[in-house]
Amino acid sequence: MNAPVIDLTGITKTYGIGTPVETEVLHGIDLRLAEGEFAALIGPSGSGKSTLLNLIGLLERPTSGRLSIGGRDTATLNEAEITQLRGRSIGFVFQFHHLLPAFSAMENVMMPTIIARGAADDEVEATALQLLDAVGLKAHAHKKPGELSGGQQQRVAIARALALKPRLILADEPTGNLDTHTADDIFALLREFNRQTNCACLIVTHDPRLAARCDRIVRLVDGQIADDLPTA
Amino acid sequence: MKFRLPFAPLVALRFLREGRMQTLLILAGTTGGVAVIVFLTQLITQLQAQIVDRVLGSQAHVVIRPLEEANRRAIDDEGFATVIEPRAQRLRSVDQWENVARLAAGMEGVTAVSPVVTGPAFAVRGQANKSVALMGVDAERYRRIVRMEEYMVAGRFAVDGTRAVIGTELAKDLGIRLEDKLRVALPNGRDELLQVGGIFDIGNKDLNRRWVFVTLPLAQSLLDLPGGVSNLDLTVADIFDAQPIADRLKGATGLTVDSWMQTNAQLLAALRNQTVSNNLIRSFVIIIVALGIASVLVVSVVQKQKEIGILRAMGASRSLILQIFLIQGALVGAVGSVIGSLLAFGLLNAFSAIYRNADGTPLFAAELEPRFILMAALVATGVGLASALIPARRAARMDPVQAIRS
Repeated sequence: MNAPVIDLTGITKTYGIGTPVETEVLHGIDLRLAEGEFAALIGPSGSGKSTLLNLIGLLERPTSGRLSIGGRDTATLNEAEITQLRGRSIGFVFQFHHLLPAFSAMENVMMPTIIARGAADDEVEATALQLLDAVGLKAHAHKKPGELSGGQQQRVAIARALALKPRLILADEPTGNLDTHTADDIFALLREFNRQTNCACLIVTHDPRLAARCDRIVRLVDGQIADDLPTA
Repeated sequence: MKFRLPFAPLVALRFLREGRMQTLLILAGTTGGVAVIVFLTQLITQLQAQIVDRVLGSQAHVVIRPLEEANRRAIDDEGFATVIEPRAQRLRSVDQWENVARLAAGMEGVTAVSPVVTGPAFAVRGQANKSVALMGVDAERYRRIVRMEEYMVAGRFAVDGTRAVIGTELAKDLGIRLEDKLRVALPNGRDELLQVGGIFDIGNKDLNRRWVFVTLPLAQSLLDLPGGVSNLDLTVADIFDAQPIADRLKGATGLTVDSWMQTNAQLLAALRNQTVSNNLIRSFVIIIVALGIASVLVVSVVQKQKEIGILRAMGASRSLILQIFLIQGALVGAVGSVIGSLLAFGLLNAFSAIYRNADGTPLFAAELEPRFILMAALVATGVGLASALIPARRAARMDPVQAIRS
């Protein structure tokens, strides 16, 4: 059995330490996610979902507790190593796609690889085209994000998240601002890649219908895990 | 395989292209700054070189003269003499001038040495008589001190026997044409009939009226200085080395040695002041350009906050983000220096067409020395880099979560 992709023990996060408005947002989170698992993270607004996702995504550091990603304890890593680990093993899909407006769809998909390798090459371009083909956007490869619809933009973002074949995909309400039909498409795409590459996926969603289609539902209430149950 | 830009330059270029108006504005500012600096520097360098050239056109870089004679106390301190009369300086020869000339010629940086015998005389023709300076020279050697052949308006610069060379003003005053006769009379009663073999115009009326060139031996015998010379004129390779060379010669010979830099101390001071004010203007322009680049990049960092956050989330390190903005600054500087240099060249052309000397020749040449373009490119790129430093560091320090949320 491989080490879990996500391994959190006793994670807390406090904001505004040393100020009068010191607030603990997460109170001792324990969470493990194995390779190939596809989990939903649900909970009311303000329950700490985004903070938890940022901690797992290595965009922020926990105040206390142990956080391992892909078997590496992040407490021992410096800023540069954290950045590298984030770039190579985690793919992000944000709610508002967050594509770079100055770059074409294909360049956006290549960007993680360009960052990791220094520059693009023929192989990187071929991979990017393949990914765009897989999300059904090969024909739009050279369009800028502004020329694409919301659903298309989110598909480009998914292709970008997959560019480096990450072991973990973190999605923050990836279907939040899409209509039901498009949301289903996007969700199906994520699910398909999860099956193909066996990557772990953690998806924040408000949509109970989509959550029910995951393997497992983690419910966060007031900074604590209220329940963590496999779906039927 | 086609060439693909590495990450940082790729993103830097794209950001610049995306912020069209901003990029154009800082580029315009940088271009203007570079143009002003290059234009001013080239102009002042040329004008200064011309002034120095004109001044040195009629004088030696270094002159060696005998020590001045001074009265000394003949009796000891207990004696009576309390006032020492300054002595009149009679015409004397440089002691052992052949040795001194050999020593000077062997000195590093000295390119020519010419012995000169000079003293006062009267030029007489008919009823007219003019006071002149008799200059006994070896024409071949003197040409390497003052380029007389360039100033000749009639005849050649050659002295031989009683053939002499005089200036246009003296020729006019005495009504002399080429091959006419001219008598010189000296205070000691000697005189000689000369034949004018050449007339010069050195660009200075006073000298055109005073200088009468004859052979060295003739001047020696007329001035009662047989075998002697009154001074040695020197040319040096680098004119601004004249003073150190003069000092060394003074140390080696114990004679009076003056450089053009001492003789023209006021001119040099004026040139130096001009250089200082030019440097001042350049510094201010550089500061203004730097502030312009920095302020536009600061705005750009704020505008690109979200993109910076996304790039960081995708694994771009702080140093890569830093590079993106440093490259933008350097690029603006480099491109600005190229366009600015072209603009400066245009300005030089325009101004040299407008401003002309009295004789209709351009006041300065419409040329741009490559070293100034190189200087501008280096300075502008450096200033671009330096002024991008603060915005770039701000971008690199940005918290990705905050940046994405904004």
